[in-house]
Amino acid sequence: MTEKLLDLSGVKKTYYTDEIETPVLHGISFYINKGEFVAIMGPSGSGKSTLLHILGFLDRQTGGTYSFDGKTIEDLTDDQVAGVRNSKMGFVFQSFNLLPRHTVLENVKLPLMYSSVPESEWEKRAMDAIKLVQLDHRANFETTKLSGGEKQRVAIARALVNKPTIIFADEPTGNLDSDSGRIIMDTLQELNEVHGHTVILVTHETYTADYASRIIRLRDGRVETDSKVSRRHKRGDKFIK
Amino acid sequence: MRTTHLVQSAYRSLALHRSRTILTILGIVVGIMAIMIVMSVGQAAENLILNQVEGLGARTIAIAPGREPTGPADPAIIETLYGDSLKERQFHALKNKANVPHLTEVMPVVFAIETISYEGETFAPMIIGATELISFLFDVFTDQGRFFTTDEVTGYAPVVVIGKDVREELFPHDDPIGKKIKVKGNNLRVIGTLPAKGQVLFFNFDKAIITPYTYAQRNIFGIKHFNRFITQVDDPVNIDATVLDIERTLRETHGITDPDNDNFFVGTQDELTSTVSTVTGVLTSFLVLVAAISLLVGGIGIMNIMLVAVAERTKEIGLRKALGATRKNILFQFLIEALVITLVGGVIGVLAGAILSYGISLLLSNIMDAQWDFAFPVSGAILGIFVSALVGIVFGLYPANRASKKSPLEALRYD
Repeated sequence: MTEKLLDLSGVKKTYYTDEIETPVLHGISFYINKGEFVAIMGPSGSGKSTLLHILGFLDRQTGGTYSFDGKTIEDLTDDQVAGVRNSKMGFVFQSFNLLPRHTVLENVKLPLMYSSVPESEWEKRAMDAIKLVQLDHRANFETTKLSGGEKQRVAIARALVNKPTIIFADEPTGNLDSDSGRIIMDTLQELNEVHGHTVILVTHETYTADYASRIIRLRDGRVETDSKVSRRHKRGDKFIK
Repeated sequence: MRTTHLVQSAYRSLALHRSRTILTILGIVVGIMAIMIVMSVGQAAENLILNQVEGLGARTIAIAPGREPTGPADPAIIETLYGDSLKERQFHALKNKANVPHLTEVMPVVFAIETISYEGETFAPMIIGATELISFLFDVFTDQGRFFTTDEVTGYAPVVVIGKDVREELFPHDDPIGKKIKVKGNNLRVIGTLPAKGQVLFFNFDKAIITPYTYAQRNIFGIKHFNRFITQVDDPVNIDATVLDIERTLRETHGITDPDNDNFFVGTQDELTSTVSTVTGVLTSFLVLVAAISLLVGGIGIMNIMLVAVAERTKEIGLRKALGATRKNILFQFLIEALVITLVGGVIGVLAGAILSYGISLLLSNIMDAQWDFAFPVSGAILGIFVSALVGIVFGLYPANRASKKSPLEALRYD
């Protein structure tokens, strides 16, 4: 199981605003194999969110090369990029980003609407994903009526519904209390270990990062360290924030 | 993304801002409604006038003194009422088949408003002096009694047929047949009454009395000329040739060589019909243009609201893109929202326009006492819905395009 899924070589990102250059990433190189659970850590301003956006095809690097599943963003048309995001990637954001006034089920169905999955399967697929995050009793609730932890579980179900290869989670516990955060991290670990999804987690909390099997630390836009986690948190462990 | 889901999601986001949506829809409703009313009422007005013109019949040619007035304010109109260029000599020249071979009937007409009375009741109807042909040429028949005969015309008979309103004014209780009414010191015997007939071309037969023209000329008006000749052609195909024959004959009798000096003019139904259609057509298009401006305003309202919606929903757009929505998906989503607004507005506008037009037609037929036919303007309805869809696409495209161009990143960062 050493199939390269993400491969970065000298990835640079510089923002240009009003002729002012702001370099954020200064040549990042690493690769991630299928089935890994990797945490990207770093203080704020280290460029970890920018890196995640590039990895998720939400943004383009300004230098170096990055390929996902053998394809670079330059190889693909805009519609194909959207297709890759839809079918191979799942996203979980810090601020949940659910559609208000829509039910849990409707939110989870959203990626299916842009997919090639036939409509007759939508309901079942969405319910399966909702069951996996143990929210089936809330399926027809409007998302505004849910707690923060439940909202993030809806977001995870939405990320799962198209059975993606990889799940990107950007500070998924950032807006949650420690109990809810633990459930989210347990779920992500379960998705990685039991269901075989590759998981990339961006966080600034060491404790959260310790759920991963490998941590890449960034500082000032460079990889500082890249190491295995020696004492992993396991599902069910006490979660201290 | 399937169209049904697009429509559903459009409906939901519109329902989310109910009052804003309703006000936007209202802008379209008013525009479409205005177009519908203008088209419907314009069509009914044209039909009303055309019905009167067509009452004359396709084979009929009218000849009047003076020159053709260019409009209701043209002083030439006075000459068409008081001009004396149509006399006995012209009458006989027109009746001569050698001059105008295709004319089958020539009827001289004199008319003016005069006061008439019966046992202290007075009324001021139009006195029409004509021959017995008036019944056939204007399609008016008595419901009681009879019309006068050819002999009564040649014999200067003091007999009269009275219209419906005249009868109701002068004989509210009595049977008018055989009674004598007074006109300028003359006694005329009522021999017939007309049912409700209304306006036929220049005569309102309800407010008219009809006598032999011979008697009217000599005893009532004291004139030797005629106010009109109403003639009939054997076949509508000969109308144009006959008009030329009439003009040549009348010029000869007056010794006119230059048509610019004509002291008469000839009118056919075709001519009148096309004049009426042109006038009402111009008027209707002008009003439709005015109504279209209100649609333009409605359209700008939609664009404004859609731009606000796009800005407000930057985050939603970014999320959808992150989850795999293509530019096209987003473009269609917002375009469909604009279309839903305008189509709903269009349908309501068409219905409201039809109802209001119907109300107007009822009101006008009561006030004007005219046969004002309401016709649901199918073409107007189709046009209204088509135009409202067009407004949605045209004014929704810019905001939708702007939405579709948002980068998922910019949209997700937005808080």
